Amino acid sequence: MTRPEIDKFTGTETTGHEWDGIRELNTPLPRWWLWTYVACCIWAFGYWVAMPAWPLVSSYTHGVLGYSQRAVVAADLAAARLDRAPQTERLAAMPVGAIEANPELFGFALAAGRSAYLVNCAQCHGTGAAGARGYPNLNDDDWIWGGTPEAIEQTIRFGIRSGHPQARDSAMPGFVADGQLTELQARQMANHVLDLAQGNAGQPASAKLYAETCAACHGDQGQGDPKVGAPRLTDRIWLYGDTRESILATLTNGRRGVMPGWQDRLDDATIKQLAVYIHSLGGGK
Amino acid sequence: MKSRRSGAEAAFWALFLGLIVVVGAYISERAQDAMIGVHASMVTIGALLALFAGFTVWFDARRDHRPIVDSSVYNDAIVKWGVILSVIWGLVGFLVGLYIALQLAFPQLNLDLPWTTFGRIRPLHTSAVIFAFGGTVLITTSFHVVQRTSGVRLAGTFSPWFVLFGYQMFILLAATSYVFGVTQTKEYAEPEWFTDIWLTLVWVAYLLVFLETIRRRREPHIYVANWFYLAFILTVAVLHIVNNLALPVSLFDSHSYQVFAGVQDAMVQWWYAHNAVGFFLTAGFLGIMYYFVPKRAERPIYSYRLSIVHFWSLIFLYIWAGPHHLHYTALPDWAQTLGMTFSIMLWMASWGGMINGLMTLSGAWDKLRTDPVLRLLVVAVAFYGMSTFEGPMMSIKAVNALSHYTDWTIGHVHSGALGWVGFVSFGALYHLTPVLWKRERLYSLRLVEWHFWIASLGILLYITAMWVSGIMQGLMWRAYNSLGFLEYSFVETVAAMEPFYLIRAFGGLLYLAGAGLMAFNILQTIRGQVREERPMFAAPTASVGARA
Repeated sequence: MTRPEIDKFTGTETTGHEWDGIRELNTPLPRWWLWTYVACCIWAFGYWVAMPAWPLVSSYTHGVLGYSQRAVVAADLAAARLDRAPQTERLAAMPVGAIEANPELFGFALAAGRSAYLVNCAQCHGTGAAGARGYPNLNDDDWIWGGTPEAIEQTIRFGIRSGHPQARDSAMPGFVADGQLTELQARQMANHVLDLAQGNAGQPASAKLYAETCAACHGDQGQGDPKVGAPRLTDRIWLYGDTRESILATLTNGRRGVMPGWQDRLDDATIKQLAVYIHSLGGGK
Repeated sequence: MKSRRSGAEAAFWALFLGLIVVVGAYISERAQDAMIGVHASMVTIGALLALFAGFTVWFDARRDHRPIVDSSVYNDAIVKWGVILSVIWGLVGFLVGLYIALQLAFPQLNLDLPWTTFGRIRPLHTSAVIFAFGGTVLITTSFHVVQRTSGVRLAGTFSPWFVLFGYQMFILLAATSYVFGVTQTKEYAEPEWFTDIWLTLVWVAYLLVFLETIRRRREPHIYVANWFYLAFILTVAVLHIVNNLALPVSLFDSHSYQVFAGVQDAMVQWWYAHNAVGFFLTAGFLGIMYYFVPKRAERPIYSYRLSIVHFWSLIFLYIWAGPHHLHYTALPDWAQTLGMTFSIMLWMASWGGMINGLMTLSGAWDKLRTDPVLRLLVVAVAFYGMSTFEGPMMSIKAVNALSHYTDWTIGHVHSGALGWVGFVSFGALYHLTPVLWKRERLYSLRLVEWHFWIASLGILLYITAMWVSGIMQGLMWRAYNSLGFLEYSFVETVAAMEPFYLIRAFGGLLYLAGAGLMAFNILQTIRGQVREERPMFAAPTASVGARA
């Protein structure tokens, strides 16, 4: 152990300890540091008095301000609800088709619908509603289950093949898997569907097969039928891709895409707002 | 007496490793899932190798009629191993970090394989840098510092080797389990129950080796660096055990059930994770700072009194601050208040270390110009000061409401990790290499300069990108239109962050490149090479003349 000595550079005394050549100065605590530390502690003590802070046996100190995070959230939500109540109540009471005629409510419904769309629908249909493979584009005028505000509301409310009794439901059968078509016939039919999309009449043999197998749902000209959710085949808009392979896969195994129903997750007004918003996107009927 | 003690130690480790071999072989034989089978086999093989190595050393010593170790000299061999392992783990950790940073910008880089998805590789990165790199640096430097400042050889003949290589086994177990999807999904505590038990055994040995070395010290007082190391070892033991309390499905199954559930689990988890930052990445690395800064600057520590006050303040306050990770959640208001207020009080407690580190340079500031190793250490302390200001600020609820869950948090973590933990480790490794291998100096100080500047630029790009992207993200989440409805969808905020993901990845690339230079420099120094060169920032004429 060495003795305390004065450090030449700082003029401060060392503590006299030494470890592997390292010594320590005995500098007092920097005042600014000490007082900032004390100020932080005083602020903390003050905060404890004001706010909920210390646990007790079966409760906690509530603080003189009586702050409660849950109460604040509840009040905020209530205020937001109250703020929108006039419009929301009128929207909920109105048939969805009538909303567009009321400029004030229409503007409100568009803003609300867009916000609800971004939170709930954009995950599958995309932020711009352009859809993706298996998820329809909502900007065009090709509606599998109908493009009126009422039809859209129905789809949103109960979904498609969602399991709800009122859900949109139909099935594109797996014709090959079910043994209704041979693989060769399915190839023939895939070519025919591509022909229809190009506006061609196709081969007579294929047309005959089409009339027997497909026309019941998709219509004799391939025009589709929104009542049974049969897509139009003549518009070159494809839910599962425009290649022969994907059409063949559809014919072979069928398609049963699912959209969830939002009846139990969103309130009445929100569903109507969504229907109005989606109807407004460009291709509404 | 001494040889009897080392004989007893040898017998203990022979028995212990033998038991590990038996238990490991039994578990791998009865394993109910692949992971625990593979891991039990790894531990068994490791224990067999250790037994073989230990017996070789023991027989050689018996044959030559000498003690196994010369207790009059320091155990530098283990520190040398630690330096090499630290450099390797640093490179691995930074490389994995760069990979996942690129995955954020280019998601297809996950290769569509389960083993390389972001969810599995991200914990691999965090654990590789914190536990593999940081942990190995801590064990290495603490073994060096405790010997030098106590004036005695590291306690134990075989025990320190079990600590260092047992810890490496823990790293391998953890890393393989993440990649194969075995995890208990707790942040920084992902390994399953058997890996946790293994780490506990290693950690108890670490504590005993460290304590016994301090007990044998020749100096009357315990140096401040050792207080910090000891606080780190002790607290991490407590944190690790409590947070990992779990009931295994079976002795032969890698899965387990957590003891805690719901908000209690969240609280215990963030109490653990926050203090992993506090005691692993702060207290432990302050131990490094307290030895290497005065050593390198050749100046006394600025204030003994400050080191006492800020040590106890840090230890007492840090342990309370965890709830600030759970603001605005199901955690009760009172717990959030405590987490926030203790974080604010922690600000000055943390800054005590920064003041002691920076002010130790009084009388040696000029060395920053000429010694890039000292500059790494000092800039590390500056980053420490910045992070320990930013942390308390982000713990304030009003700030947290904006910053939480955003990239700002990631930026904050990395200013601490890259700036503080990384730089102070690099400084220590650069200082240790010539000392341990008895070289006159490093292979090249100019390469250290390059490392310093490249890595500093990398950090700067990284954290500024994350500040901008994090604050933007937070603001977009809370943006409302004039009618009071949300303005953006989540995916729009992700799309907006893409340019910043690219900048962050570039910053990471620079940081990795700097570490590559360090690896080369250290390798050349170990090989005994000395590069003839002019210093980058010194009076040039004299040395040019000398060279000619």
